[in-house]
Amino acid sequence: MNKITNNKAWWLVLPVFLLVAFSAIVPIMTVVNYSVQDIFDQNTAYFVGAEWYREMLRSPRLLDSLLRQFSYSFSVLLIEVPLGIAVALMMPAKGRMASVSLILVAIPLLIPWNVVGTIWQTFSREDIGLFGWAVNSIGIDYNYASNASDAWFTVLLMDVWHWTSLIALLCYSGLRAIPEAFYQAARIDRASSWAIFRYIQLPRLKSVLVIGVLLRFMDSFMIYTEPFVLTGGGPGNSTTFLSQALTKMAIGQFDLGPAAAFSLIYYLIVLLVCYLFFTVINLQDKAK
Amino acid sequence: MAEIHLKSLAHSYSKDASKPSDYAIREMDHVWEHGGAYALLGPSGCGKSTLLNIMSGLLSPSNGKVLFDGVEVNHIPPEDRNIAQVFQFPVIYDSMTVFDNLAFPLRNMKTPEVQVQHRVHEIAEVLELTPLLKRRASNLTADEKQKVSMGRGLVRSDVSAILFDEPLTVIDPQLKWKLRRKLKQIHEQFNITMIYVTHDQLEASTFAEKIAVMYDGQIVQFGSPRELFERPNHAFVGYFIGSPGMNFIEVQRSANGVQFGNTQVNLEPELVELLSKIPSNNIKVGIRPEFIQVWDEPNHDAYCCDLVHVADLGTYKILDLKLNGQELKVRLEEDRQVPKGKVYISFPEQWLKLYVDEFLVELPEEFEGESA
Repeated sequence: MNKITNNKAWWLVLPVFLLVAFSAIVPIMTVVNYSVQDIFDQNTAYFVGAEWYREMLRSPRLLDSLLRQFSYSFSVLLIEVPLGIAVALMMPAKGRMASVSLILVAIPLLIPWNVVGTIWQTFSREDIGLFGWAVNSIGIDYNYASNASDAWFTVLLMDVWHWTSLIALLCYSGLRAIPEAFYQAARIDRASSWAIFRYIQLPRLKSVLVIGVLLRFMDSFMIYTEPFVLTGGGPGNSTTFLSQALTKMAIGQFDLGPAAAFSLIYYLIVLLVCYLFFTVINLQDKAK
Repeated sequence: MAEIHLKSLAHSYSKDASKPSDYAIREMDHVWEHGGAYALLGPSGCGKSTLLNIMSGLLSPSNGKVLFDGVEVNHIPPEDRNIAQVFQFPVIYDSMTVFDNLAFPLRNMKTPEVQVQHRVHEIAEVLELTPLLKRRASNLTADEKQKVSMGRGLVRSDVSAILFDEPLTVIDPQLKWKLRRKLKQIHEQFNITMIYVTHDQLEASTFAEKIAVMYDGQIVQFGSPRELFERPNHAFVGYFIGSPGMNFIEVQRSANGVQFGNTQVNLEPELVELLSKIPSNNIKVGIRPEFIQVWDEPNHDAYCCDLVHVADLGTYKILDLKLNGQELKVRLEEDRQVPKGKVYISFPEQWLKLYVDEFLVELPEEFEGESA
């Protein structure tokens, strides 16, 4: 076969190359560029190699917020997944009430992050907020502005209120996809309602739950707005999660070099977690 | 033991049913005897599955009673009825192994594990599932899955009837006969009442000793495959059973029998007399394509028809004929010469059936024309 050499075809790749370059390669390389320099002003910068990375990995600021971030994300999953499944199981399958409950459940998903933050910021205040006032008046001392665990609890509550609906809706669609014959067969097999849940519903929710867990993990791992609106990451650093620590460093203090190294580490952590998650799910599927 | 008696049973899906057409099941009385292998045959939408679900208890009938051995079970839920049901699409618990699937109904009843082991292996042996016991049920083929769901019904020792709702729909054709034979074998071995819903007459007649043909919410005939073929009780049975179905010709009364156009069909004098007592004018004669006599030469009995089309099916031929504007199908053995242009046929008296208002009218014993 005669192979015709015509390198002009490379030009056809150019549009895609440009698109990817401006959307991904250039911004990332800018960050990489910052992360290996110590920048004083526009004209003064020194190459420092991996110095910032070493410093960041040893920095208690990053490690603390990383730990905080993981425990927050896991708490979110631990609460929202079972709660979402329970809500989906309780929602009516058909009729008018099904539509009504679908709309009600979907409402929190339509509210922007900072509005959710503002709502709860006001709602939980001990002086003018109904929730904060009610909790205090039954004798529980609650003040998110001064107590670290109260602030933590409020941020968690906000997320549960905002995003449990996502899991619930995903599970609801998964449940509706189970053919009626499965329930009929289970009745004839004398299965208890626990057995029906354990052996029919749960296995068939697996695929939607994988998506739900992945979405909720990534989203909660990037949380920024809600704690920012509530207490600005406080009291102290108690609700300063990764993205907020990063923003303080980069925009608040203009420590561009360390912040760039931080954000690349952050990025790698997210990638790693997603990769692990994906691998585990894949392995499970293969084991079948 | 289970004799299933449907006593003046009727079912409507709407709450305020008044017209007969509101009913998915029209009022019927029917007995499935203990230990029989039955088929419930009918076209899609005739109410077969509704009837099956009423018997298993998944559906509660709006009128009448379901009796198991004389005891009313209308309000007994399916889990307490000692029946098993196999569905159109195989239901398996796909997170479990085959063994756990088969053990599931037993474990739900808190059966001791020793007995579970014993029973599951016994049933797996019968269904030839033993090599698969440790496999995950989700990786099985459709026919294996269907065997597993059948096995879940058999594994309970208290099951006295198994209801099948078109269980072979998703099975490859070459595996169908194998599974059907397995079913028959199980029936002989376990002495269980089996009711098999299908719309396939071949499936029904290979499986069942007696077939109930359902049409428009009622059982129009209950009999052996042979009875259904030779003596269809209702025009629908004639049309539905057999391939091609029975020929029907709309006719008017005449002096010695019936006629259509200027073609005269003579009937027995007693039958003519019987017919004269029935007021209805909805009269048809029916004859199976297999029973029409084809003559090589014209004779005084024979009607002369035009040949419209010949379909050669390899083992026999189907002739499409026109007799006085009426279309007829005739089955001709492969070794017979196909006549050219004109065909001479006659209707042997014993195979020519008379239908009034769709129901068979015959001599001497029964007369069922008015039950419609």
